[in-house]
Amino acid sequence: MINSLFLINASGDIFLEKHWKSVVSRSVCDYFLEAKEKALEPEDVPPVIHTPHHYLISIYRDKLFFLSVIQTEVPPLFVIEFLHRVAEMIQDYFGECSETVVKDNMVMVYELLEEMLDNGFPLATESNVLKEMIRPPTILRSVVNTLTGTSNVGDTLPTGQLSTIPWRRAGVKYTNNEAYFDVVEEIDAILDQSGTTVFAEIQGVVEACVKLSGMPDLTLSFMNPRLLDDVSFHPCVRYKRWESERVLSFIPPDGNFTLMTYHVNAQNLVAIPVYVKQSISFFESGSGGRLDVTVGPKQTMGKTVEGVVVTVHLPKTILSINLTATQGSYTYDNGTKLLVWDIGKLNPQKLPNLRGSLSLQAGAPKPEENPSLNIDLKIQQLAISGLKVNRLDMFGEKYKPFKGVKYITKAGKFQVRT
Amino acid sequence: MTDSKYFTTTKKGEIFELKAELNSDKKEKKKEAVKKVIASMTVGKDVSALFPDVVNCMQTDNLELKKLVYLYLMNYAKSQPDMAIMAVNTFVKDCEDANPLIRALAVRTMGCIRVDKITEYLCEPLRKCLKDEDPYVRKTAAVCVAKLHDINAQLVEDQGFLDTLKDLISDSNPMVVANAVAALSEIAESHPNSNLLDLNPQSINKLLTALNECTEWGQIFILDCLANYTPRDDRESQSICERVTPRLSHANSAVVLSAVKVLMKFMEMLPKDLDYYGTLLKKLAPPLVTLLSAEPELQYVALRNINLIVQKRPEILKHEMKVFFVKYNDPIYVKLEKLDIMIRLASQANIAQVLAELKEYATEVDVDFVRKAVRAIGRCAIKVEQSAERCVSTLLDLIQTKVNYVVQEAIVVIKDIFRKYPNKYESVIATLCENLDSLDEPEARAAMIWIVGEYAERIDNADELLESFLEGFHDESTQVQLQLLTAIVKLFLKKPTETQELVQQVLSLATQDSDNPDLRDRGYIYWRLLSTDPVAAKEVVLAEKPLISEETDLIEPTLLEELICHIGTLASVYHKPPSAFVEGSRGVMHKRLPARTGSGESTESPDVGTAAGGSAPEAAPSIIPSQGDLLGDLLNLDMAPPTTSGPPPPTTGMQMGGMDLLGGGLDSLLGGDLGGSPAMGAGFGAAPAVMPASLNAPVGGGLGDLFDLGGGVGMPMGAYIPPKIVWLPAMKAKGLEISGTFARRAGVIQMELILTNKAMSIMTDFAIQFNRNSFGLAPAGPLQVLTPLGPNQTIEVSLPLSTVGPVMKMDPLNNLQVAVKNNIDVFYFSCQYPISMLFVEDGKMERQVFLATWKDIPNDNESQFQIKDCHLNSDAASSKLQGSNIFTIAKRTVEGQDMLYMSIKLSNGIWVLAELRVQAGNPNYTMTTIRRSGS
Repeated sequence: MINSLFLINASGDIFLEKHWKSVVSRSVCDYFLEAKEKALEPEDVPPVIHTPHHYLISIYRDKLFFLSVIQTEVPPLFVIEFLHRVAEMIQDYFGECSETVVKDNMVMVYELLEEMLDNGFPLATESNVLKEMIRPPTILRSVVNTLTGTSNVGDTLPTGQLSTIPWRRAGVKYTNNEAYFDVVEEIDAILDQSGTTVFAEIQGVVEACVKLSGMPDLTLSFMNPRLLDDVSFHPCVRYKRWESERVLSFIPPDGNFTLMTYHVNAQNLVAIPVYVKQSISFFESGSGGRLDVTVGPKQTMGKTVEGVVVTVHLPKTILSINLTATQGSYTYDNGTKLLVWDIGKLNPQKLPNLRGSLSLQAGAPKPEENPSLNIDLKIQQLAISGLKVNRLDMFGEKYKPFKGVKYITKAGKFQVRT
Repeated sequence: MTDSKYFTTTKKGEIFELKAELNSDKKEKKKEAVKKVIASMTVGKDVSALFPDVVNCMQTDNLELKKLVYLYLMNYAKSQPDMAIMAVNTFVKDCEDANPLIRALAVRTMGCIRVDKITEYLCEPLRKCLKDEDPYVRKTAAVCVAKLHDINAQLVEDQGFLDTLKDLISDSNPMVVANAVAALSEIAESHPNSNLLDLNPQSINKLLTALNECTEWGQIFILDCLANYTPRDDRESQSICERVTPRLSHANSAVVLSAVKVLMKFMEMLPKDLDYYGTLLKKLAPPLVTLLSAEPELQYVALRNINLIVQKRPEILKHEMKVFFVKYNDPIYVKLEKLDIMIRLASQANIAQVLAELKEYATEVDVDFVRKAVRAIGRCAIKVEQSAERCVSTLLDLIQTKVNYVVQEAIVVIKDIFRKYPNKYESVIATLCENLDSLDEPEARAAMIWIVGEYAERIDNADELLESFLEGFHDESTQVQLQLLTAIVKLFLKKPTETQELVQQVLSLATQDSDNPDLRDRGYIYWRLLSTDPVAAKEVVLAEKPLISEETDLIEPTLLEELICHIGTLASVYHKPPSAFVEGSRGVMHKRLPARTGSGESTESPDVGTAAGGSAPEAAPSIIPSQGDLLGDLLNLDMAPPTTSGPPPPTTGMQMGGMDLLGGGLDSLLGGDLGGSPAMGAGFGAAPAVMPASLNAPVGGGLGDLFDLGGGVGMPMGAYIPPKIVWLPAMKAKGLEISGTFARRAGVIQMELILTNKAMSIMTDFAIQFNRNSFGLAPAGPLQVLTPLGPNQTIEVSLPLSTVGPVMKMDPLNNLQVAVKNNIDVFYFSCQYPISMLFVEDGKMERQVFLATWKDIPNDNESQFQIKDCHLNSDAASSKLQGSNIFTIAKRTVEGQDMLYMSIKLSNGIWVLAELRVQAGNPNYTMTTIRRSGS
């Protein structure tokens, strides 16, 4: 199982180590640091590295490397999933996941890690259970603790730990009972030069924020559940009912959680909300080139497209650029050759356009590669797949909860080739 | 208020200050001090000097302080074992605490203190905790057994903890079950043969119940454990699959992949015509696709596994090509894996899309990725014949871009395309020649030179082109030099008149001015060939080359099967068997996919009966006793040995190993072997040395091999394998020596080769091909020699063979002509395989069918011979023969003689029935065989 964990920042400093079995010298990280040196970007470090005596499995998240050391045959996905949980736990407890936050809360992070694994076996990874064992810091609590000498560590067994619903703690009480669901869809797409869809799919997720007293038993149904190609559920969802009736029936965890993720990838079903007309060309002589990009709304179901941002990785041989945007503003970093054009809201009457000239370094040949455009966008109050929540029913408790559903569509990996 | 404050130091020295604070009377100050110590520890500072002071803080009611002290203890107890004993009393006391949290904490921490002396004190509390009324304590204790086992395995066994752990599998709480399974699995990994997880239908049922209720991590442990079980029949297999399928919708990708493993493995047992089989196939695709939308690290592991799955069952993802399209911002490790899978899924139906994508990738920024994309286009051309033309034109387009490394890669793959489709795409040569000057990588230069030499007669200025390369001959790498030498010799043989000067120049450069022995030797060989016998030179140099194999990158089937059983593990990421790299797993057992078996006894469902493999050939094949057919020859051939007492041999011409294909073959399998080796040549006919009572004694002659070796060698089937002999001596093959043998393992005929490089240069690019042969033997995959073979290196490879190749009667019948290619040349040799390799596993005929067949076959087809000096009783003989797929159908005892009736089925469907007479005390057996052909 998982032997040790090292947290390493982007510049390669190890700032936390935790061992669940015997101590492994931190020199084992040298193999990883070597691989990191070789990789062009931190994202490109291979996740599984073989050393003479250990395996190093790492993830890169929030500009930090979470590196685990294992010695025996352990499913790598198990380790990677766990590492992501650690990152989420830090985010959940301290509001962000960064080196500073970990250093500021070193002891608590250490205590949490100890709770999460025992001898490398996962012990408590549910946020609800962890929070009963070790209470998250709040300003009020730290003041109280200092005054009374009580601690953040719970001294009773978390109730969820052993029941068949380990994700929920008992005795939850709220004055305002509310349940909110966010249906968030991301479009992953590749469009070719002519605007034809090469590949498109929708990654959807239903995020829930449920603050209900007692032991509510919820049933959420969709107008059109057959739309979904594949679904994965939070463990609380009763799979049998989904199989037979296509409804989500569950006793929710307390607080924020991901109820389900799904994807829709039947090509013709995926609506592409914007179109991009672009041309990036270089003169044969090799002295420079032109860039001309226009973005316009396409299938938006009558909603406004907001937060549009176009990102282009320009070729390395670019010396400078001189562009004009009819809407929004652009920034260009000559070090990374990254052009970011922040457009904002799309106005169908007046399409935003960015054009101008690119000049190459003296003597540089015509660039060989075609830069790709990455598009970011947001559409409020729309799930682009057409998925709609029908109703939410609650059983098991008497009170009337306040319910709400929000839809939002975003661009995931949305890429236009040139 | 943050913990950063713990890192500030003062002038006096940190340790000194901490010591004072730890011994303070104030509780709060103590706690703060311990926190400081822990903080230092987490960043790797050595604070072990404070051990006694920290341990002193252990006796407290404050749970947080207690936990902190425990954290410290776990880290440093090992370095201070004597001091650690001081803590034992507190632990033992805590194990009796009323609060289950404290009991669990104590037993958990105690297990983490890896000090031998402490473990003695741990046993009693642990025993109590394993039976604790609170499941939380029990599940913690289960893990503690694994910890203890790691420290002192003997102690755990002596104390009987393993049995208690096994009992916990039946615990009422699913979390306890999951942890018990996890602990047992971890312990089992270091005891591969201990049979700790003794799975039976009852325990499987318990696991499946717990699977629904335990945590996600527990589900992973249980699924991985289930994957080790082999169901009794297809019904059990199906019912497990049904209960595992819902796990495919789990949010945790590790659960999903473990479930995929179980399903992939158990599916193997389901009959393919079952509706459920199709349903299951359909259910597998969406979750695999969903894994690809997860974080890149998860994607990477998923892709490595999908790579295996599409090789095993391409039908699952054949419609999902698009999800493997590479996105611009994928990390490079994901991009490269996706590319690999795209090629595996490429087919006639989707090739247009794939090519368009690959072309797109060839203009990306990352050079490694671009190169691989260009290579991929070449692989597509070789894989999908219909697309070859399109691939070539795509490659030409890419060459037009004039991007240096793209052009070079394109030329390298075009060379391969020429080798696959000779005389088809020569029209492009002109375009290639235009780019001659831009080639600066040896591989590309060598490829170009090969093309020029190979098609010299169609290139008007071939001599000029090659001459231009010749100018800088000494600066070229060996690869290019060798290729240039060969190409010019080819050119000379094709256009002798104009190129005499050129060839002389290159020969003198190679032989006189070069220090490279390979180059010199090759030069001399050409020189002598050309000067003594130009016709022979033409035959040698311009010989027809074997086509390159379609899929040079497929994983060998047996390895693939094993890897499928290890889906989701490190082995699946590295595509190597676990035994090859996992440290500390002493003697890992090789996992195999289960063979498909019907639920034998339950006859109520008719489909089940037929599912029971081919063992029940209800539709008895008609008997074709025509004299001229293959088996006629087979049997007749055996007549030659003097032991024959049957009809006189009609054919006497064949003397060599072939003479005893069945007789001798059977002989070597049995004691002297009713079995295979004499077919290999050496003295079958000679009476072997008398075997001593012990079966393990070595036997000189062919007889006895099987009985002997079969028992000794650790073969799972006990099938007979002749020893390896040299097939291709090094002097005949430019330093490559090949020796080998044939074996039948798990139903697959394997050609086991040892390649030795006795030359001075490195050998690469191995490939193998067979000539047509009597039983249609053909390599089922490429020759797996992945690394270059350096001088004096030896590599063992086993090559799975199929029996679906083209058939041609050989003389002797079991003769096999083989061509082996490497970077140096192509070599030919012939060898003979033991006929017993062809005996298939389902050669067991049903009694009735046997009886009817036996009577039906005319006497003409009968032959008889004796096996001498076989000191086995009939039962031992029977089981020995069974190892080589000679099945005993019935046994009769008449007048002290045991008569064994046996059936054999050859891979080409021919049945051979045999009667073996064994007289007690007489070491000579009499064997009568008759044969009939299959349908």
